Amino acid sequence: MSIQGPQQVLELAKVSRTFGEGATSVAALREVDLTISAGEFVAVMGPSGSGKSSLLALAGGLDRPTSGSVFVESTPLGGLGLNELARLRRRAVGYVFQDFNLVPTLTAAENVALPLELDGTAARKAQRQSLDALRQVGIPELADRFMDQMSGGQQQRVAIARAIVGDRRLILADEPTGALDSTTGHGVMEVLRARADAGAAVMLVTHEARHAAWADRVVFLRDGRIVDQAAAMHDPAVLLAQAGS
Amino acid sequence: MSIRHSLLALLQDQPRYGYQLRVEFENRTGATWPLNIGQVYTTLDRLERDGLVNNDGADGEGHVIYSITAAGKAEVEGWFTVPVERANPPRNELAIKLALAVTLPGVDVQGIIQAQRVATIRALQDYTKSRRDTAASPRSTDTAWLLVLDSLIFQTEAEVRWLDLCEARLVQQAQIAGQGGNGQGAARKTPNGVTMEEAAPLAPETRR
Repeated sequence: MSIQGPQQVLELAKVSRTFGEGATSVAALREVDLTISAGEFVAVMGPSGSGKSSLLALAGGLDRPTSGSVFVESTPLGGLGLNELARLRRRAVGYVFQDFNLVPTLTAAENVALPLELDGTAARKAQRQSLDALRQVGIPELADRFMDQMSGGQQQRVAIARAIVGDRRLILADEPTGALDSTTGHGVMEVLRARADAGAAVMLVTHEARHAAWADRVVFLRDGRIVDQAAAMHDPAVLLAQAGS
Repeated sequence: MSIRHSLLALLQDQPRYGYQLRVEFENRTGATWPLNIGQVYTTLDRLERDGLVNNDGADGEGHVIYSITAAGKAEVEGWFTVPVERANPPRNELAIKLALAVTLPGVDVQGIIQAQRVATIRALQDYTKSRRDTAASPRSTDTAWLLVLDSLIFQTEAEVRWLDLCEARLVQQAQIAGQGGNGQGAARKTPNGVTMEEAAPLAPETRR
């Protein structure tokens, strides 16, 4: 299933975020420019304290920049009130966290449908979209299970289904494989990659090179600044020449 | 890489001529290590000299066919049985470069590490993409290529982790130098998630 919409899904323009004031203030991000297009998977790497999680929070409208602008699907988040921001987050942005953040008293399908129902989608339609999202992450048969009846990897798939349900175009993932074994982590990367290939913009914060390597572009943060970017060449001839050298 | 043993192993499968050996080698290793046809003929001459292959003469099209001897089969069996020796240790240009960089004044070691990290991650992206593409539509001949790609992915990932460790040690050294102390203290994470304990073995006096 492909996802339609503007080409440029996320844009951060000269975004800075400072915590505290005066001599004790800490600059988490300094004039960061970053654009993620539809169908693009971007990984953000950097030491702890480099600003990775701040960047993700600003990108999803969970926090506001001290200066600069954030646009999601061409909408400037700075111009939105709290209710409008919450509505945009529910409709356009999906989050995946390391600790899943699922509701234990709801089934997998109910967890996935929750943001749609909060947004006023009719229960039947929400349920249909929920099942579709669970199908896309490969666990439609677990729809009626509760969280304590699922493995960590399965719960993370539910969390990803909740992030993509309703074809949200911006997926933000913060160390989503942190608590998972390597095979399950690989499965999570496959799902994120598939979403990007279907047209979503995906931003992954990770310290694992093997996960960052699934991205089209790797952005390196240090001291709140983007210091480097690596884009895959995807040229078999170059690849073989490298390996043979 | 042992071209000698690789060619013998292919001849154990069936008699072949030089060009066939080259193509078979490259097919089975995903063309990762291209073979020069000159190397193939030189190696076949030596294998014949050592009694490990027979020159069976030309086929109808003028190709010189080689077959493996009993001694050659024993040699292949020995190659598969004995673990690959780690050459003493293998020369690693990156390790040598960084070892020299940290001992010379005025060299931006962090800059070297970051430039290498970008290049290595780029290679890792390419290997990962290639692995994904190959796994998505596997052909029977792709199994060997997937194994080779996995090996390259593991090696490349290990290089990134090692670069993280190098950087963590540099940060630790800078902190020790800044404190004027011995750096002993609670284990805590350095910027790339490496614990101070992991980074600790490099005492400052041993590096300068």
